Amino acid sequence: RICVITLAEAHPLLQKGKTITSINYQISANCSRLQNKVSGKSKRGAQFLTELAPLCRISSSDGEEYTIYSCIRGRLIEVNENILSNPAILQEKPSTEGYIAVVLPKFEESKSITQGLLTQNEYEEVLLKRLNSSS
Amino acid sequence: MSSLTEKDRPIVQLLLNTGTCPRCILRFCCVGSQTVYRHPYKDLMKDLKDFLKNNQEKEDMVCFDVVDPPCKRIRLEDTEEGPDDVNHNGTLQQIPSVNDENTAMENSAVKVCNVCLGILQEFSEADFVRKVCQKVNSADYQFTSFVFSVSLPAQLSVRERAAWLLVKQEMGKLGLSLAKDDIVQLKEAYKWIIHPQLSEELGVPADGKVLFEVSVVFAHPETDEECHFLATACPDCFKPAKNKQSVFTRMAVIKALEKIKEEDFLKHFPCPPCSPKNLCVALEIQCNNGAVFVAGRYNKYSRNLPQTPWIIDGERKLESSVEELISEHLMAAFKADSFNFSSSGREDVDVRTLGNGRPFAIELVNPRRIHFTAEEMKGLQQTINNSSDKIKVRDLQLVTREAIGRMKEGEEEKTKTYSALIWTDKAIQKEDIVFLDDIKELKLDQKTPLRVLHRRPLAVRCRIIHTMKSEYIDEHHFRLHLKTQAGTYIKEFVHGDFGRTKPSVGSLLNRTADILELDVESVDVDWPPTL
Repeated sequence: RICVITLAEAHPLLQKGKTITSINYQISANCSRLQNKVSGKSKRGAQFLTELAPLCRISSSDGEEYTIYSCIRGRLIEVNENILSNPAILQEKPSTEGYIAVVLPKFEESKSITQGLLTQNEYEEVLLKRLNSSS
Repeated sequence: MSSLTEKDRPIVQLLLNTGTCPRCILRFCCVGSQTVYRHPYKDLMKDLKDFLKNNQEKEDMVCFDVVDPPCKRIRLEDTEEGPDDVNHNGTLQQIPSVNDENTAMENSAVKVCNVCLGILQEFSEADFVRKVCQKVNSADYQFTSFVFSVSLPAQLSVRERAAWLLVKQEMGKLGLSLAKDDIVQLKEAYKWIIHPQLSEELGVPADGKVLFEVSVVFAHPETDEECHFLATACPDCFKPAKNKQSVFTRMAVIKALEKIKEEDFLKHFPCPPCSPKNLCVALEIQCNNGAVFVAGRYNKYSRNLPQTPWIIDGERKLESSVEELISEHLMAAFKADSFNFSSSGREDVDVRTLGNGRPFAIELVNPRRIHFTAEEMKGLQQTINNSSDKIKVRDLQLVTREAIGRMKEGEEEKTKTYSALIWTDKAIQKEDIVFLDDIKELKLDQKTPLRVLHRRPLAVRCRIIHTMKSEYIDEHHFRLHLKTQAGTYIKEFVHGDFGRTKPSVGSLLNRTADILELDVESVDVDWPPTL
């Protein structure tokens, strides 16, 4: 099952007042997510991602730098190059046109990965708890 | 026997003594008259023996009874294989040792031919023909002529070679030559004998071009290993192929026989070939009819019907399918074993196909019935249409295999028209969508849609939207009619697929758009012919 990685609702970058200054897919000296090339139905040649694999680093005008992680295991199919030319859509439409990357997990792992994710409701509960505990 | 001449005498003598049947003997004497082979076995045997007798006054009485060792003259020349020959001959039938050929003839136990292993003997007789016809008739096929095909065990080629070498050697002594091509082929002679008998009993002629095939597979397990020596002599002819059980296929054996040198052959294989204990067995008698093709156009009125069965892990996700609804009745009418459904493109489960419908073709495999009049086809069409309100078929007709190509060309090249019901997030007024009508030949870049990306390669497709026509409904809805190039993803053109299809209706309107309903209005292929 195809997975689309996007910024979560509560991500700092999506909060008011943040301006994105740069988005960088070069996550290390040897690895640029932009150089990912896949071929064929089975997406051979794709960079393999683990949960903590960085996808990109985003800098904001207030000097902060955020690393966006894959969060799931799988083959990297593509990263969204549109946000490089138009960073605004990342904040305006984070769940659609502003997506970060597309990942294809292994068929066998598909079910367990889905089970490890939060539903919309569960996520909102987490946010509530966070809010309550900090106040 | 008028077909034989003096020069044939030593051959006939030799082959008869070494265990070869009359018809094979005729073959090696290059007798080309079909009718001779059709004479009854007993008559042929008698004729050959009479032929030999006619010149025996001067010579010693030659033993016709093949249980006795071959005569002196021949044995002296057959240096290598004489002893083997005797042994094998000796272990066969319990034919009493007589010199009286009459008694030998009356003896119904016939020795299995060492060259054809019984093909031109037992398997040319009426009993076998009856057996084949019984099988054909019980299989209940509709046919006006037939092809009879026979599969012979590979070792027959080896034995044929051995017999040829033997005969060649003998003729060499007379200063005569015998080319391999002059000998009548076993399969050919067999068909000369059996075709008329099959034709008569089935009541239809044999015709090489016809699609109805009666096939018999013969085997002779007793001698299967006779080919094995070829593998050591010509190893490169016998490469093990994964899907074949035995490496010693007929083709491989023939190739090896062409390569092997005479001396090497004679080193490994008895010449003359030894007489077998048993006849061949007819392993299978099968009937097969060439496939017929039925074409037409279908309409799909359900938004809950897949084109092909949707089954995941053995579980059916949605009931039925377009192909099943159509082919069910065709399979029954044509009494076929199976079918292959193909169409000029497809639509999603939730998309209707309206207008003239989408061209399709069904290959019916091994049908028992093949002749249908135009009236009967119309009747079939009606039956299908009456059986379900989810689909309708039209222009149902029989077509040739070649016609399928035209349908497939439509899939890639021809245009399609659609009608899409579109929703927008921000309100729209009539004026906001009118501009769409003026856009012609709009170029799209579509990355492989996310919804199919798991089973398709990632790529970018350039497609053209030829024309559009909008129909305002309300502030958040309008209908869009489009005419597009084949292979365009319409749903993605509407919602933009996360920005991966550019431009999209959404981007053109500067809103978020989504598709609520899609219908195929026409598939612009002019095949199959409208009835």
